Amino acid sequence: MGVIDPRTAAPIGPGPEQDAILKAVGDEITNRGFVIASADKLFNWARSGSLWPMTFGLACCAVEMMHSAASRYDMDRYGMLFRPSPRQSDVMIVAGTLTNKMAPALRRVYDQMPEPRWVLSMGSCANGGGYYHYSYAVVRGCDRIVPVDVYVPGCPPTAEALIYGLLQLQKKIRRTATIARG
Amino acid sequence: MTDNVTPDNQTAAQEVSAQTTMIEHLRKLLDADLQDAAVVQDQIVLRIPASSIQQVLAALRDDKYAAFNQLSDLTAVDYPERPERFELVYQLLSMRNNMRLRLLAAVGEGQAVPSATTVYSAANWAEREVWDMFGIFFAGHPDLRRLLTDYGFEGHPLRKDFPLTGHVEVRYDDTLRRVVNEPVSLVQEFRDFDFLSPWEGMQAQIPGDEKAGKEG
Repeated sequence: MGVIDPRTAAPIGPGPEQDAILKAVGDEITNRGFVIASADKLFNWARSGSLWPMTFGLACCAVEMMHSAASRYDMDRYGMLFRPSPRQSDVMIVAGTLTNKMAPALRRVYDQMPEPRWVLSMGSCANGGGYYHYSYAVVRGCDRIVPVDVYVPGCPPTAEALIYGLLQLQKKIRRTATIARG
Repeated sequence: MTDNVTPDNQTAAQEVSAQTTMIEHLRKLLDADLQDAAVVQDQIVLRIPASSIQQVLAALRDDKYAAFNQLSDLTAVDYPERPERFELVYQLLSMRNNMRLRLLAAVGEGQAVPSATTVYSAANWAEREVWDMFGIFFAGHPDLRRLLTDYGFEGHPLRKDFPLTGHVEVRYDDTLRRVVNEPVSLVQEFRDFDFLSPWEGMQAQIPGDEKAGKEG
């Protein structure tokens, strides 16, 4: 791939002339931001429209998570399909009490997820320890282990609440600038 | 004794129930190993020395009449005020007699108890749990590791002198890139709200509720 002169249709080799053309194109993009902004929107549309959650059901919240996936609320409508593997998923729903013994496993699963990835903390226990806040065996909030994007309150949160949290996460993804601009 | 049993005499009928007959049988069977026997809530409760647990369990299982062939549960209780602070509890079921039996054995701190795994293989994980939670050592157990608590956990959580919040808490360390243990630091101490609970704290009578007490 080389640079072609638009007037003569002849290839231009490396040198000051080629540099001038490349700089002009670069300036055009930097000034207007037209191409990159559209790509952002496209990426965000694709990402928020196919959020594949990793099933990490730890306790009773997992039952509500199942409800939100089942036919009444049906997460499939938003393109959210539960994946059994961290390597195929974009978002991890931490649904339930995170114990000290489970914490390294949770972190390992999070580390195995490909970028970009998001974490949704579901329920009081995952948010801050909840009922087990003073227990000797429970992590006081899963944000001590993984970075959390959305917290869904409740004990357990209803299926609607979880869906609402996931829609908030979609909103968050849509307003993210995916490509950093110089 | 059977002469006393009449349909309208409930107490006499209770005295020679299947449980009391079984206790009489067990007195002969266990002999010196039996310290105390009683019927509580239609269930037999036996008290035995911890050192003879193995032969007592084997006798209860192998006896043709008693046939307590299932170990339903094995657990312990901590009574810090007692000289022998722990009490081991074995729950047995005789499917032949449709009868349950509870064995109690007092155990001191640091005292080793013979493992029941040779008699009931179901005791394996139960004894691991008791070891984990109370620190009671079972001699002759094939694999006495902790069962429930974290790897490298220190202390035995169900002992009454174990602090509620424990000694360590976990956190992911970004520089070490792993989950690390740290001493517990709480933002707010644990608060006990028992005095607000209508079941435990409220002694004063609610206005308009005077009649309820008289009737009951």
